[in-house]
Amino acid sequence: MIQLENVTKTYPKASRPSLDDVSVGIEKGEFVFFIGPSGSGKSTIIKLLLHEVSPTQGKVMVNAKDVTSIRSWKIPHFRRSIGCVFQDFRLLPNRTAYENVAFALEVIGKTKAVSRRVVPEVLELVGLGGKEHRYPHELSGGEQQRVAVARAFVNRPLILLADEPTGNLDPDTSIEIMRLLDRINRTGTTVVMVTHDSNIVNQMRRRVIEIESGRIVRDQARGVYG
Amino acid sequence: MRLKYVLNEVLVGLWRNVTMTVAMIITMAVSLTMLGASVLLYMQVDQMKNFYYGEIEVSIFLRSDVTDAQRSAIDSAISANPLVAQKTYETREEALERFQQLWKDSPEFVKSVGPNSLPESFRVKLKDPETYKTFTDQMTGMQGIQDIIDQRALLDKVFNIFNAIQVGALVVAGVMALAALLLVGNTIQVAAYSKRREVAVMKLVGASNWFIQAPFVLEAVVAGIIGAVLGFIFLFVSKIVLLDTKLQALTNILTPIDNGNVWLMLPLLAGVGALVSAATAWITLRFYLKV
Repeated sequence: MIQLENVTKTYPKASRPSLDDVSVGIEKGEFVFFIGPSGSGKSTIIKLLLHEVSPTQGKVMVNAKDVTSIRSWKIPHFRRSIGCVFQDFRLLPNRTAYENVAFALEVIGKTKAVSRRVVPEVLELVGLGGKEHRYPHELSGGEQQRVAVARAFVNRPLILLADEPTGNLDPDTSIEIMRLLDRINRTGTTVVMVTHDSNIVNQMRRRVIEIESGRIVRDQARGVYG
Repeated sequence: MRLKYVLNEVLVGLWRNVTMTVAMIITMAVSLTMLGASVLLYMQVDQMKNFYYGEIEVSIFLRSDVTDAQRSAIDSAISANPLVAQKTYETREEALERFQQLWKDSPEFVKSVGPNSLPESFRVKLKDPETYKTFTDQMTGMQGIQDIIDQRALLDKVFNIFNAIQVGALVVAGVMALAALLLVGNTIQVAAYSKRREVAVMKLVGASNWFIQAPFVLEAVVAGIIGAVLGFIFLFVSKIVLLDTKLQALTNILTPIDNGNVWLMLPLLAGVGALVSAATAWITLRFYLKV
């Protein structure tokens, strides 16, 4: 599903590479944590998978496609197969939970009729049934992140990328979000999560890939934070 | 639905930043008015050149002491010249008659001119007025010629004034266009900034580039077209007020401006306005949104 082959990424003006000759494979349906200290290169992996940045060297394969060879005008279409969740939720403040999710569908060409059918379903799935018409500021942090997860998942992506999704949440809420991601993972969606929340990693007991200074120092099947 | 969404975004975008939109439309209108005036003037000068250059003649004035032999030599030289379309000979008496006719309102002036003060002349029409120089060069040096005068030189002075006005209008159009472009760029940047969250989400979920850019580009295009229509109305009104009423006397000397030509300015201005705005917006977005 995801394959990094000898990937090196050096940002312009950086003295050392953010990722240094990294090779890793992730199978369909896996749940993988990328852990490591700030600046270790975890987030660069997310950016590479989304093709927000290109690798300096090496190959990034997603869905058996070489990401770097995708023409720039086809990148939007490519991104539709990937859902994304971030630490800061990135919701539109002037739209309700329903509208936030529907917006994501409608800007990629789905009709309002499709939204009316699909959006309540996915909001129900993330546990926001009954709160469809609340605005983000009327929701708690955990609820806002659920909206974000609903938005990322509504298009049934093959891969869900989560960049520190619990970074702004208290431990209890974090665990609820993790249960949600776990449920999504069980539908067959590959989940890649970048985090430095040791609690969560230790509780989930999933594959853990530890990165330090741009290199993989550990890749453990049912790992802990370490 | 997508079309409705895009159109709605355009209207909201224009209204959100209404002072900037108005500034954009006004500069666009002034710039396009100048462009239109300049193009009209160009067409006008072209038309007048065709009209007047067809009429003009080269006059070859003969010396008062010209001999019969010299006169007939000049006569046959003109007839033999391949550049000549038509020639007439004007005697002193005919010249005087014409002069009296021309100045019949000033009898004092006419009286002061005796029958011998005016030279006899050949009036020559050339096949192509542009060949005047060659013709003159061929004729000068012949015995008995006092002076060769081309009416063209006179007309050229008039046309030079028109050309200067036209260039002036173009320069103003250019400067205003630059201001309009900067305003369009700025407006688009402000619009993109105020919608940065939406744009970020759209990029994230994989909305196509055209879908992200279209509302911004159309916003600029709509402003450009409104500016063009205003510019056209201004042009049309000025034409009616200035040329058709106040300065009508002048229009009889100048060839009249065809209303059809003025109407032609509408699609021209709208096209230029829309295209320039769209291109500016698109380029701004490429730098600003990096889509």
